[in-house]
Amino acid sequence: MIALACLAFLVATIAVDGVTGFVRTTVALPVDLTHLPVDARTLTGRSANLALTGAGLERSVDAAATRAFGSDGPTLLGDGAWLTVRDAVRRHPDLLARPFVIHVPVTSAIDIAYKHGTGSGPVLARMQQLKPALDSEFDRDFFTSSDATDPTRAGIWGALKGSLLTIAVTLLLATPIGVAAAVYLEEFARPSRWTGLIEVSINNLAAVPSIIFGLLGLALFLGTLGMPRSAPLVGGLTLALMTLPVIVITARGAIRQVPPSLREAAMGVGASPVQLVFHHVLPLAAPGILTGAIIGGARALGETAPLLLIGMRAFIAAAPDGLTRPATALPVQIFLWSDQVDGGFVENTSAAIIVLLLLLLVLNGGAVYWRARAERRS
Amino acid sequence: MKGSTLVILVVGLAVLFWQVARARAYQFGGSGKFGSLPAQHGWFAALWVLLPSLAFLAAWQINAPGMVTDAVLRDPAAAALPPTGLTRASLLAEARALANGTATGAFHGLARDLARRYATVQVRFNWIATAATLGLALSAGFAALAKVHSGFRARSQVERLVTLLLLGASLVAILTTAGILASLFWESGRFFSLVSPGQFLLGTHWSPQSIDPAAPGDSLGSLPLFWGTFFIGAGIAMAVAVPLGLLSAIYLSQYAASTTRRVLKPALEVLAGVPTVVYGYFAALTVAPAVRHLGMALGYADASGESALAAGLVMGIMIVPFISSVSDDSLAAVPSAMREASLALGATPAETVRHVLLPAALPGIAGGIMLAVSRAIGETMIVVMAASGVATLTANPFASTSTVTRQIVDLLTGEQTFDSPKTLAAFALGLALFGVTLCLNLAALGLVRRYRERYD
Repeated sequence: MIALACLAFLVATIAVDGVTGFVRTTVALPVDLTHLPVDARTLTGRSANLALTGAGLERSVDAAATRAFGSDGPTLLGDGAWLTVRDAVRRHPDLLARPFVIHVPVTSAIDIAYKHGTGSGPVLARMQQLKPALDSEFDRDFFTSSDATDPTRAGIWGALKGSLLTIAVTLLLATPIGVAAAVYLEEFARPSRWTGLIEVSINNLAAVPSIIFGLLGLALFLGTLGMPRSAPLVGGLTLALMTLPVIVITARGAIRQVPPSLREAAMGVGASPVQLVFHHVLPLAAPGILTGAIIGGARALGETAPLLLIGMRAFIAAAPDGLTRPATALPVQIFLWSDQVDGGFVENTSAAIIVLLLLLLVLNGGAVYWRARAERRS
Repeated sequence: MKGSTLVILVVGLAVLFWQVARARAYQFGGSGKFGSLPAQHGWFAALWVLLPSLAFLAAWQINAPGMVTDAVLRDPAAAALPPTGLTRASLLAEARALANGTATGAFHGLARDLARRYATVQVRFNWIATAATLGLALSAGFAALAKVHSGFRARSQVERLVTLLLLGASLVAILTTAGILASLFWESGRFFSLVSPGQFLLGTHWSPQSIDPAAPGDSLGSLPLFWGTFFIGAGIAMAVAVPLGLLSAIYLSQYAASTTRRVLKPALEVLAGVPTVVYGYFAALTVAPAVRHLGMALGYADASGESALAAGLVMGIMIVPFISSVSDDSLAAVPSAMREASLALGATPAETVRHVLLPAALPGIAGGIMLAVSRAIGETMIVVMAASGVATLTANPFASTSTVTRQIVDLLTGEQTFDSPKTLAAFALGLALFGVTLCLNLAALGLVRRYRERYD
């Protein structure tokens, strides 16, 4: 009961902090870009960003902020404010021809002051002055951008993609090998000193602290084999070794559940042991094996410590575009943000935790659903 | 050709040979005397195509970067490289990035020259790899096709191969254990050649930030770490987790109505599935300040925001579901005849639990607690986020304490040279951690197994 109360408390504190993390505060900023030396017709393709930046868009936005809010205007806007203006201009080049009002993100201190009413005295006072112009909107960029030094611009897409790549490598390696090992141990191995050793080492590996696997990955994959640091490939390999015993143990359980009558029937009509396994045992055990794979994947998805040791903790401001590119993972991103001094990262951390917990809930819910369906059928 | 394209090509070849071999086998299928199905001939050919070429490709992928670098270094331009050190490595890395197209501009002229060389060598090696892999696949495939005739026992051949593959998969577990042991022992061996084991295990001063290069052992005494790990993991965490977990198991298995049980049991499983980094965040942000205020209120002037108590409390909460489920299993394994006999003699349910069920289930529960301790001392993220980086030898739960896992992370996330006493110390700590958890795991597994045999 107390444990459940703790769970409820944990979820509640994170949810309260986290929900505001999906929302960002914007301020209505009147902008006049009519004097900007840019030809609206040239704003196509990749050169558009360059043209706008070169024409001094950032300075113009700062000037607009000074006009609107006084000499401290530019410091009230978030780092990404002029990028919002840039994207708006790219979508609607006719904005260059006339003055317009646009909602841009504010700086983190004002953001927190507006959402929670906390902060230092001057910040709160400034927020009260700005209040009529302030507004909240759903922060879509949180899901599409990567890590940044400014909490209002930081997002989780880079970490999420890194996590997904890592888990893909993990499951693609650990599931076939784990199932094959389970089949061998259940169907072919005769009791001997070797199989005893295999069993003991699998059972023990399942209980070895995850950080030890991180040390193994560091020494073996990075030290001996010279693989690139911070890469999802190495993270996936390390987590695959960690997930393997879990999959072997659940797969063995699933194989053991296959009724002996079925085995004897298959043997009786002349199937060889290999045919028996691949034609009858594995298809019947598949739901249980799948459940085990999902549970192993969920564990790997929440794992942080081994990834820290193989270097997936660097500041990476772009989503990884390959298995050997530097990446970070969602739990590691949570850890990194939780270490940040800037108050705005508290919300980001909580919001990222909500995303992670939802992902795990979906995975585990899927596993439970599969198991229930398989039980109904048999 | 890229490795992935090559793999797809080889798999395509395997499918092709599968078809051809099966078609051949069908032709003599009517002749009566044959021991294998046509599809098994197909599998025989496909495996022959796949296995040697993929094994070659894997070995190649691991060794190729080194061979390419060697070939580049034989180039006359490489003679201009500084013989050792960081500049050499960074120039080579820059040249490689240029050749692969991941970098756009060169900072050094030398790197540009080497990049051209890199590109040509890589193209040549690529051709060698492609030709060798495809040649291997084709020749093995034709060799397999030549064997396909009516008397050939493709089935037993294929099955022997499959069994070998399965055996190989199960050996991965042993190889992992061996890999862990080898890497830990190797790096620790190098560490202990710098620092004597006695100094490391019994020294009471731990401050790796200020290592004196002449006598590294003086600031690498790990006794405070072992104490901190034991204090947080086996002391505070268990003081929270054992009563809570045991009581919830007794309640769930003996008293709860089946509907309550149906709700509470999955909820506990959810608690077990929460990632540790979330617990760590909770500990650092919510529990640690509260514990600090409590410590201040109780009159501990040195109450720390990174106290042992905060980390231990949250770790205990994390372990509760584990203890609960192990105890639940142990209680369920007690034969119901014992329970019913006790109730029939007039004992109340509470007396039955205390005098019959708990003593009978005790070995299983003890085994579960040992496994829980092994988990708690290996737990990393909670202590990284909530415990302190400063190791002190103290029994005050409000003071800052550090643990083995926390120090491993701290030691290995700074600079990355593989031969400084600092990084090697992390492996020595890892070896100690692995040894302790191994003993706990083996003892607990033995205990649980013996206990299970007694009632089966």
